[in-house]
Amino acid sequence: MGKILSIAGPVVKADGMRGCKMFDVVRVGEQNLIGEIIQLKGDTVTIQVYEDTRGLTPGDKVESTMMPLSIELGPGLMKSIYDGIARPLPIIAKMAGDFITRGIDITALDHKAGYEFKPTAKVGDKVKGGDVIGEVKETQLITHRIMVPHNISGEITRIEKGTFTIDHPVAEVKTENGKKEKLLMYQKWPVRVPRPFKEKLNPETPLITGQRIFDTLFPLAKGGTAAIPGPFGAGKTVSQQQLAKWSDAQIVVYIGCGERGNEMTEVLDEFPSLIDPKSGKPMMERTTLIANTSNMPVAAREASVYTGITIAEYFRDQGYDVALMADSTSRWAEAMREISARLEEMPGEEGYPAYLATRLAQFYERAGKVINVNGTNGSVSIIGAVSPPGGDFSEPVTQNTLRITKVFWALDAQLAYRRHFPSINWLTSYSLYDSSINSYFKEVAADFPELRTEMMTLLQKESELQEIVQLVGPDALPEEDKLVLFTTKSIREDFLQQNAFDDVDTFCDIKKQYLMMKMILSLHNKALKAVKSGTRMGVIQSLRVKDKIAKMRYSKEIKHDVEQIEKDLKNELREGS
Amino acid sequence: MLKEYTSVSVVSGPLMVVENVAGVSYGELVSIKTSTGEERNGEVLEIKKDKAIIQLFEGTQGTDTKNTKVRFIGETMKVGVSTEMLGRVFNGTGKPIDNGPEIIAEQRLDISGSVINPERRMHPAEFIQTGISTIDLMNTLVRGQKLPIFSGSGLPHNKLAAQIARQAQVKKKGERFAVVFIAMGITNEEALFFKNEFKRTGALSNVIMFLNLANDPAIERIITPRIGLTVAEYLAYEKGMHILAILTDMTNYCEALREISAARNEVPGRRGYPGYMYTDLASIYERAGRIKGRDGSLTQMPILSMPDDDITHPIADLTGYITEGQFVQSRDLHRKKIYPPVNVLPSLSRLMKNGLGPGKTREDHADVSNQMYAAYAHGLELRNLVAVIGKESLSELDLKYLGFADIFEERFVKQDYEDNRSIEETLSLAWDLLSVFPNEELKRIKEEFIAKYGKSKDKKMKGKIKSEVPVTGYVEEPGSKIDVVPEPLKKKKTI
Repeated sequence: MGKILSIAGPVVKADGMRGCKMFDVVRVGEQNLIGEIIQLKGDTVTIQVYEDTRGLTPGDKVESTMMPLSIELGPGLMKSIYDGIARPLPIIAKMAGDFITRGIDITALDHKAGYEFKPTAKVGDKVKGGDVIGEVKETQLITHRIMVPHNISGEITRIEKGTFTIDHPVAEVKTENGKKEKLLMYQKWPVRVPRPFKEKLNPETPLITGQRIFDTLFPLAKGGTAAIPGPFGAGKTVSQQQLAKWSDAQIVVYIGCGERGNEMTEVLDEFPSLIDPKSGKPMMERTTLIANTSNMPVAAREASVYTGITIAEYFRDQGYDVALMADSTSRWAEAMREISARLEEMPGEEGYPAYLATRLAQFYERAGKVINVNGTNGSVSIIGAVSPPGGDFSEPVTQNTLRITKVFWALDAQLAYRRHFPSINWLTSYSLYDSSINSYFKEVAADFPELRTEMMTLLQKESELQEIVQLVGPDALPEEDKLVLFTTKSIREDFLQQNAFDDVDTFCDIKKQYLMMKMILSLHNKALKAVKSGTRMGVIQSLRVKDKIAKMRYSKEIKHDVEQIEKDLKNELREGS
Repeated sequence: MLKEYTSVSVVSGPLMVVENVAGVSYGELVSIKTSTGEERNGEVLEIKKDKAIIQLFEGTQGTDTKNTKVRFIGETMKVGVSTEMLGRVFNGTGKPIDNGPEIIAEQRLDISGSVINPERRMHPAEFIQTGISTIDLMNTLVRGQKLPIFSGSGLPHNKLAAQIARQAQVKKKGERFAVVFIAMGITNEEALFFKNEFKRTGALSNVIMFLNLANDPAIERIITPRIGLTVAEYLAYEKGMHILAILTDMTNYCEALREISAARNEVPGRRGYPGYMYTDLASIYERAGRIKGRDGSLTQMPILSMPDDDITHPIADLTGYITEGQFVQSRDLHRKKIYPPVNVLPSLSRLMKNGLGPGKTREDHADVSNQMYAAYAHGLELRNLVAVIGKESLSELDLKYLGFADIFEERFVKQDYEDNRSIEETLSLAWDLLSVFPNEELKRIKEEFIAKYGKSKDKKMKGKIKSEVPVTGYVEEPGSKIDVVPEPLKKKKTI
């Protein structure tokens, strides 16, 4: 047991702590505030405290738990909402009321609830760490696979079936040295340590998000990493929430890291009432939320990202495709900066610690499509929002993130001001996965990649033409270029824009995306032919079929529409020429 | 009897170091007596073994390292709260300055407040009608929201705030509404303006004023908003009142924060502001909200003047990342004598979608708002274009858009200081303006709404468009630049 020496914000120094390990969790002061050792010097330790430190006095006791910051992994994670160090917020509310008080010591999982355990392994089976021994139907959507902890292997000598609490030993394993190990339905894992896997694979399937600009133009692979940087008001949070709602990952972990309280409430209110289009079940059934709002302690913000990724990896180990959204990683980096400054470390760029790039890389590297230790395949995709100060992408967090992530969705304030949502800049964004996952798109439609290229070429051409228009006006352009502007306007307004708040438009499956893209380009190509043979642009501009194309995004019966549009287009063009 | 220390070793800026102390806790309130007997308050900022670093709220002038006496009070800073405070005026540390009686506290609360458990928050969704079209229609304010006014020196943000405070109402009757006015470093004149406004409109009995004026100690500004918000929280969550807290001017608050940071030799962040400014501002702004099962609400309207109208300045930037939107005032509109000069394009209300629609405002609200945005944005684009190539090359439809941008500013944005438009009036006005377009141009509005509310009967231009209005060339402001297509994101220089 040690004693406090000094206190500065969330950073506390204590002595008499010889024997404590780096990153051990400690209890500070009379109120037993939770903290973590982040520096050792002789018998003096530096601790970052996850709760408000006001009221601490030098001389107060500090006790080490001799355990690193760990989280319980087991049935009960789904549908939960945690604070940054995995304490369930609803339980905190029950214990402390509407406001969060200090020193609350609760576990992530409910140790009183009963879960029905169905064994999948039998007595005599040889098992090792990571192997699945049974299942728990956790929610309507998720079957939780109970795995052997990584440090245990041997032969099952006993396995039970029935409804138990997670503290009940459901199985027993005889290890090689003859020791008997009891297996529970949950295990503990230190959040800062990546969970092991057998092999990393190349991501080859896209994470379908139902958002046209993401899926068609800048797709993210399952197991890939993406960054969404953007100034405030550009729609980071709406984009992140759309991804959390509609992406075809089986599990979603959403980290609200240093963001607005009211926005977290929105997620909490909305998710239980949202229905997954594939399963027809509430979205919340596959979601874990981690909420560290901007006024919650800064050290817990630093930890929240690790808590989230550990939960994500745990479900990956069970063979699921997991998507993790971190909103926003800049707040996480700022938390690091704040702690670093209190430690009086030598600052790097813009006051951020020199290890910023390493930490970011380590975090994003925990994503990936892998073969798990138990032989199943799983993936963790990370989508990190970045909030660059002043929308300036040259700042360290954005730059260091872009060096690691393979997909860059650049949010653009100018687009947001014009209410072009999602305000992703199609000229600056990129995806490095588009070739590796092309085979998937070819299965949707053989000409999918070509159409995508055609669309991008048109958009590129538009930006060049706009420069000319700025100088000489649109009338001076040749008819063919006018057609380009006509089509790209349609691409921008009818395809790239997507209304997150419209019941139909909020989710657009990949087939529909393809058909919409095809229709717009088909109009373009037919019109181009007509224009080349002398039809005036005025005729093209007044085509009634254009309105039908514009309405496609709100249509539920896309196939029927497409046939109609194709017919109309033919007729109208014939009339026009 | 509390122990009195005379072991002050260092006095520097707003900070004081006291040696050989024992049993001092972090964040503790400190009482300092100067050699002339003057009492000051301070707070423990840091403790290093037996050394305590204290920040003095009322400045360090007159303190010395020999005779100054320091007492540690043993508790964190608290403020006595009471419903009796309504109608009263206090200084920046919460002492009455209106010659009225002392407040008898119903409760004494920690000025830092506590964090609302996100799980217990209620999502703000109750429409507040401010009577200002650009806010009600385009950037709807809801109860429990924090929505700042981004302004600049010389712009009428005070007038706008006063008008909102005066006109704000919700559709329900019989609820208690009050304003908590928190001034940080504003001039006496500005404070007087608000006081007179509240008096003139008879609202004074429902206003609590906390005044830290420009000549008051700068460091006091750190605690003024916290005291004010503690009172506001008490009235909202304990007494079920609906509170609008106006905080002006947040820029002065941040300057004070920077001063302390500099005095502590901390590593500065952008423009010398401390790296923890985001966290610090969040501890103020996040105190807005609503709580499940409690009646009241706390809505915040901070005002900040952006230095050089720069929306990317750290103060505006960090605020924008925490608050749920912003009203941005435009110098260009102000120069055109348009009041309130709300530039709707960079303005935003994130909670808007929850506060509108049938039962709250009207079913066509969202669509009309979107359409107005799109049409105005397009109109401004054309204004830029026309400045270069002239009007001749524009199509008839584009001319309509160009004209729309003008009437939008002249009729929709512009509104008298006393003009209190109901949401129905605002919507009707919007439909009026949109009637210059043929119905099929109104792509963002559902057809059923056009049929129900639309005013254009597809006849030729009904509303007269003043296309003769000279195109003055839209002066671009930072953050309000409209590109026809976004250029590749530009790199801005930061200091």
